[in-house]
Amino acid sequence: MNWTGFDTWIVVIGSLCAAACAVPGCFLVLRKMSMMGDAISHAVLPGLAIAFLVTGTRASVSMFIGAAIAGVLTALFTQWISKFGNVDRGAAMGIVFTTLFAIGLLLIGRAADHVDLDPGCVLYGAIELTPLDTISAGGFQVPRAAIVNGVILLVNVLLVSLLYKELKLSSFDPDLADTLGYSSQFLHYLLMTMVAVTTVAAFESVGSIIVIAMLIVPPATALLLTNDLFRMLLIATAAAVLASITGHLGALVVPGWFGFESTTTSGMIALASGVIFTVAWIFSPTEGLITKWKKNSPIEEAPPIQEGQVQGSTEFNMPS
Amino acid sequence: MPEWNDILEVLLLQNYNTRLVVLSTTLLGIAAGLVGSFLLLRKRSLMGDALSHATLPGVAIAFAVMVSFGGTGKSLPGLLLGATLSGIAGIATMLLIRHTTRLRDDVAMGFVLSVFFGVGVASLRMVQNMPGASSAGLESFIYGKTASMVHTDFVIIAIVAAISSLISILFLKEFLLLCFDDGFAASQGWPTLFLDVLLLTLVTAVTVIGLQSVGLILVIAFLITPPTAARFWTQDLMPMLLISAFIGGVSGWIGASLSALTPQLPAGAVIVIVAAMLFLISMLFAPVRGVIPRMLRHSQLRRKVDRQHLLRAAYEILEVQAGGKAVVNVPFPLAALLEKRSWTPLQLRRILKIAKREDHLEPATPGMIRLSESGFGEASRATRNHRLWETYLIQYADIAPSHVDRDADMVEHILGAKLVRELEDYLSSHDLALPVPPSPHALTPAKTS
Repeated sequence: MNWTGFDTWIVVIGSLCAAACAVPGCFLVLRKMSMMGDAISHAVLPGLAIAFLVTGTRASVSMFIGAAIAGVLTALFTQWISKFGNVDRGAAMGIVFTTLFAIGLLLIGRAADHVDLDPGCVLYGAIELTPLDTISAGGFQVPRAAIVNGVILLVNVLLVSLLYKELKLSSFDPDLADTLGYSSQFLHYLLMTMVAVTTVAAFESVGSIIVIAMLIVPPATALLLTNDLFRMLLIATAAAVLASITGHLGALVVPGWFGFESTTTSGMIALASGVIFTVAWIFSPTEGLITKWKKNSPIEEAPPIQEGQVQGSTEFNMPS
Repeated sequence: MPEWNDILEVLLLQNYNTRLVVLSTTLLGIAAGLVGSFLLLRKRSLMGDALSHATLPGVAIAFAVMVSFGGTGKSLPGLLLGATLSGIAGIATMLLIRHTTRLRDDVAMGFVLSVFFGVGVASLRMVQNMPGASSAGLESFIYGKTASMVHTDFVIIAIVAAISSLISILFLKEFLLLCFDDGFAASQGWPTLFLDVLLLTLVTAVTVIGLQSVGLILVIAFLITPPTAARFWTQDLMPMLLISAFIGGVSGWIGASLSALTPQLPAGAVIVIVAAMLFLISMLFAPVRGVIPRMLRHSQLRRKVDRQHLLRAAYEILEVQAGGKAVVNVPFPLAALLEKRSWTPLQLRRILKIAKREDHLEPATPGMIRLSESGFGEASRATRNHRLWETYLIQYADIAPSHVDRDADMVEHILGAKLVRELEDYLSSHDLALPVPPSPHALTPAKTS
């Protein structure tokens, strides 16, 4: 294995992107909307197609705006269908994103004669190539993806720290938030916009697999380790960064074990986050399999109940 | 534009080229509509999404295994087997997470989707460079090529669709119980884990078959859209299953035909859009749970409530004016009505307008209100119902007389005729009847001829 400056940049970009996703991801997981990242990553296709048809270029700014609008619309339509139609939110999400994706396919088909847009390039970004695309900042050559993901991370952290208590309240008790005057509706759409912009920015540069995985898996890992929202955010960010470092290392090392040449970093980052989750799943001091197994094993010798003794408390540690 | 004859030919399956595609998507739509209904009721609609991504590592690994045993690596049964096995591994992981942690279904599905897909992409890239085999075309496994469907594809789809439909019908009762109350099912001794796994195996079968032949997005849509649309038309499981299968079949049929008639349209996308249209129509117009019929029912009820409140308020004002004597229908000031309830002047004007249209009011001098004959009758009836219910609440529900007005206010509008009769019986047996004044003249019995 030979580590180069390229690899350092890949790890830095991966970590920035992973952390940027993990922060809003925590709130998605708490709101039972984990699949939103996947839905948005499919649903942006018509946004890309329309942006291309309107402007006629593949400039990344117009494409980005088109995709972000499509992402926010996904959240909006999902909310409408589940509210007005009384539909389960997962089903509403599924209908919206499949329909938008299908519309996107048709639009791309119309534009296909003179454009090389294909669904594959939307779904598989290439983090390996990001260090090649540099812009100069303050005299240094910095990869564009590092700046994009860094800015997104900064904005996400800023928004979450400014609106920390409002987001916390509306995630756990939206009705209370409403009665206290913090519109849970507004916060919901704010969060969805955040997720949409993060998703689009990140997979435009590094590919959608990392985004979908980082929105869900590190927050889920954190949820196995703590009951505190602030700690959850910290642990999720740490797990996300760790996953990108070990993921890229794995991409360099693992194929050699099986006699293959190379593999994709993004896939390995998703796998690494899965491994970190599994470790937490087994060894977590509160929620882990080992702890639960110990709790559930029968007590060796129950203390005898004294005759005439009133059992005041009926609080047993019920195995769940 | 295609000719009318062409359209008929494709729709009626007389065209050999399109017959297989149209039939396959129709069958797949029916099977997915049936299986998807259970997923929807179990709030796991996105399962198809998670599963279809989870099949990828299996495809890659099956390819690698077949190549290392000297094959070309592109035998369809082998790849399908790999996909199915890895789908089942995905399900197992999901159920494990669900049962051993506090994480919920959506997180478990998202975990399986992203991690398995990541592993799939990574291993696909690895095996692509294996010596002695070209992996070109493996990616199209993920997207599917509906137009290039061959006879074997159709046979596989038909068999899987038939088997999964049959199992869903055979296990209807068990799946119903599982969907609506799995805790109860477990306490009654049903093997819920087995049923869950069986249901998810059906989903896997439909997903894998559909994935290969018609593509990822279509399978996900087929499992979600028809059942959700069907849910608007009925409250019962059996009709829901039938409607869902029907909608799935029809969208497969029309969508595939449309795409066959216009060359540039990919079949999968057209079918998804047809299904989405059917969903939209169902959501807006279905009589049972559709948005517009529900809104109409709601506004009708609100109008009825407004009318009864207005008439009762008017009656009570007249009652106070009469001061204990018999209530007579005389004009009274508008201001008194405004004080009676928490109406804004604007609201009251709207309600009065409706009452005038319904012939409950008679023209009176400005600032005054006069009930018409039918309005007065209706007013005394509404008041009578209100008081019957109040008396009942005081006697039976132990509600303090000072609070009873508001409670009765909320319920009286939906008192049925039967309930009113029961209340009358009860009250007359307690000497509390509210009489209609006795007739001032002798009533001659109607002559029956």
